[in-house]
Amino acid sequence: MPMYDYLDELESRTIYILREAYNRVKPLGMLWSIGKDSTALLWMIRKAFYGRVPFPMIQLDTEMELPEVYEFRDQLVKDWGFELKVELCPPEEEMDQTLPPATRSATRKTEGLRNLLLRDQYRGMILGIRRDEQSMRAKERIFSPRTLDGKWDFKDQPAELWDQYKTDFPQGTHVRIHPILHWTELDIWRYTLREKIPYVPLYLSQNGKRYRSLGEKNITFPIDSNASTLEEIIAELEVTRQPERAGRAMDHDSEDSFERLRAGGYM
Amino acid sequence: MTSKNLTQLNMVIVGHVDHGKSTLIGRLLYDTDSLPEGKVEELKAISEKRGMDIEWSFVLDAFQAERDQAVTIDTTQIWFKTEKRNYVIIDAPGHREFLKNMISGAAAADAAILVVDADEGVQEQTKRHAYLLHLLGIQQVGVVINKMDLVGHKKERYDEVSQEVVDYLAHLGITARFIVPISARHGDNIASIAEKTMPWYDGETVLSNLDKLQIQPPLVDRPMRFMVQDVYRYKGDERRIIVGRVESGILNKGDKLLFSPSNLEATVVSLEKWNSEKEITYAKAGESMGFTLDKPIFVERGHIASTHDNPPMLTRVFAANIFWIAHHELKEGMLLTAKFGTCSWPVMVQSINKVINTDDLQNENQKQVKRNEMAEVVLRSSEMMALYSYVNNPRTGRLVLFDKYDVVGGGIIDMAKFADQRNVSKAADLYSVEHLLRRENREWRNGHKGAVIWLTGLSGSGKSSVAMEVEKLLFNQEKQVYVLDGDNVRNGLNRDLGFSDEDRSENIRRIGEVAALMADAGMIVITAFISPFKEDRMRARAAAGQSFHEVYIEADLATCEQRDPKGLYQKAREGKIKEFTGISSPYEAPDNPEIVVDTQHHSLEECAQQVLTYVNDVTKV
Repeated sequence: MPMYDYLDELESRTIYILREAYNRVKPLGMLWSIGKDSTALLWMIRKAFYGRVPFPMIQLDTEMELPEVYEFRDQLVKDWGFELKVELCPPEEEMDQTLPPATRSATRKTEGLRNLLLRDQYRGMILGIRRDEQSMRAKERIFSPRTLDGKWDFKDQPAELWDQYKTDFPQGTHVRIHPILHWTELDIWRYTLREKIPYVPLYLSQNGKRYRSLGEKNITFPIDSNASTLEEIIAELEVTRQPERAGRAMDHDSEDSFERLRAGGYM
Repeated sequence: MTSKNLTQLNMVIVGHVDHGKSTLIGRLLYDTDSLPEGKVEELKAISEKRGMDIEWSFVLDAFQAERDQAVTIDTTQIWFKTEKRNYVIIDAPGHREFLKNMISGAAAADAAILVVDADEGVQEQTKRHAYLLHLLGIQQVGVVINKMDLVGHKKERYDEVSQEVVDYLAHLGITARFIVPISARHGDNIASIAEKTMPWYDGETVLSNLDKLQIQPPLVDRPMRFMVQDVYRYKGDERRIIVGRVESGILNKGDKLLFSPSNLEATVVSLEKWNSEKEITYAKAGESMGFTLDKPIFVERGHIASTHDNPPMLTRVFAANIFWIAHHELKEGMLLTAKFGTCSWPVMVQSINKVINTDDLQNENQKQVKRNEMAEVVLRSSEMMALYSYVNNPRTGRLVLFDKYDVVGGGIIDMAKFADQRNVSKAADLYSVEHLLRRENREWRNGHKGAVIWLTGLSGSGKSSVAMEVEKLLFNQEKQVYVLDGDNVRNGLNRDLGFSDEDRSENIRRIGEVAALMADAGMIVITAFISPFKEDRMRARAAAGQSFHEVYIEADLATCEQRDPKGLYQKAREGKIKEFTGISSPYEAPDNPEIVVDTQHHSLEECAQQVLTYVNDVTKV
């Protein structure tokens, strides 16, 4: 099996960011979507803190994930023994009805997160987003401040250089922390393979279809693929020209649908 | 898996607004076949909607505001690959207003491409960006003269503009790695040579020039520097793991480390990484690592470990070349926070030596620095800082300035005009002010040494009773003695502190410092605080050094709760007091106290006598 040594550097950087976050920002939590990215990140949290997970994992649950996702979740909590908090998101009827349908559905998570932040007063929330997923995410900072209701002022982001992160904030703001912003989809799969990190089996092909990106069942669709092992997924991604989030309906409702989602506080 | 190189080169594209940075990137992606399927069609549609031909820059300008105004607002990153390797392109806004975003993008780069419009030539931001590349320490700079189609592909114009750029860069000590005439919109000289439009050009394409640039290697060949990020201790785990990153050099198991600015030394017993199959014997520059030491010396976030013979400089004052990005002006006398690595110090702007005009590189004779200007300043701290000149160690020789919550500037440290103060000891520093009196003089007159007798134990264990009793006995022996306890400290010195973890820790830190000063002044100081955390007590020990003596006042929780002299346990049990030591907050008993006093099985008199004997012994002149 290839060792992919270049991943050591990416991992080292992520561990550095995690330790900064844990030292500088309290109380801290992480949104675990149960997908490949945040599960790889959870693995790196265990590395950073010597086998421990020193802050809660939070799932924003719309009760619309695929059954395999819930199964995987419960098994991993059991195997790794960490604290999981499940935050139920408000129903779609309560969302802004002027939004396009898939975007409206995705907004439920934004609202769930807002409720959580207001109630539990987290100062920092770790997220497993990556720059190469989506062009809006490419413009993110590693430590990205938000107002308490989650708004992202993307036109005036703080300067961020030489691993000096903005970690002090006035009351009323929280910070989103993005420790794997610099990883790509391929990096994550190579890392998952190398480290033998568990993943939801839906990523593997069955009957010519597989999920490349996991989301709620009503707004996420599998892609055509015969990749039924991690090695095959990696080989597929090394040549594909399909964007990763092609199967995520909310990105494609309108030109700026994802921008509106993110400015409003979406992950 | 092929043996193809998977490492990536980070490259920033800079230049004046509208000189075509985003277009160049769009074209690079298109020519290397890196755009996702359907992207070209999407771009066409979005461009048409705004009445344009295909606009390559929309690949990167993701915000609707960016597309509507056709201007890049924030930095972004995008991936592409050539036959040789992978690239991350960092697009940086050229507009003056977004300089802080340009800096955020450029600081992470191995190399830069400076884009200059052939028609407009070198402009204000061309120069400013070039200067910033110099300040950010980016050595590999390539130049493209863009929009050659607008000047009729004329060689004369190309020669003129490229000479202007080369001259300016030369003043900054930068030699351009390549200069290529291009037309990004039409793809001329990007991936293939434009034989038709620019037959006079005899160089290589932008892409083949890029493949010749080098990824900045980690600084393995520089002296070892380890920045302490945190210290981890876990229940049921004996290890005290010091975590952080090797910034330069190599850290080996068995190395004897010198910590700065504390000047304490200890040896690395083990390197610690979770889930590692084999024992780790070394860690290279760039690695996040943890280690344990042979001695329980005081180490905290911000300390820098080095080898004994090649430590960083210690100083309270240093010069820096900085950029300033705050809306308000930088002035002499201003208080800021300087951070580098995990260190953070309050600093005062002692002087503004010069403000650099990036247009002609002349020094302006002004005493304030405006937004987006660069300057040479001298900064001073009341504390001893461990520093290194940027030229000696880029990783630890650069700093970022904060004003309250915000990043307001940054730059590189220049220690050329300052002397290392490491060998000028703390005590010697004091003599220079006090001249005549030394600690020994005071001890001689008092007839005993100064000392910090640090009592620690649960609430109700008898700390105060023992302290008062010992004080009385020492006083009767005509010793200089004083008890610090909650009553005389909380009302004044620490009036501003509450009972959060941070405040409790700060409470103990201040008491430790005050006690150390009093001991230095010749007094025997007895402190009577629960001080439940080892870390805090270790800090107090670090402040007082040899004069520190830890006394564990031992009684079990049940006994203390039964005594409950102030009724606090009852309140804690009823939930009226939160975070009460022993009930809802842990007490970390000392590992190696100088003495243990068992108040559970001995009378107050016996206990006081035991402490008295010990104190008399250790304060003997």
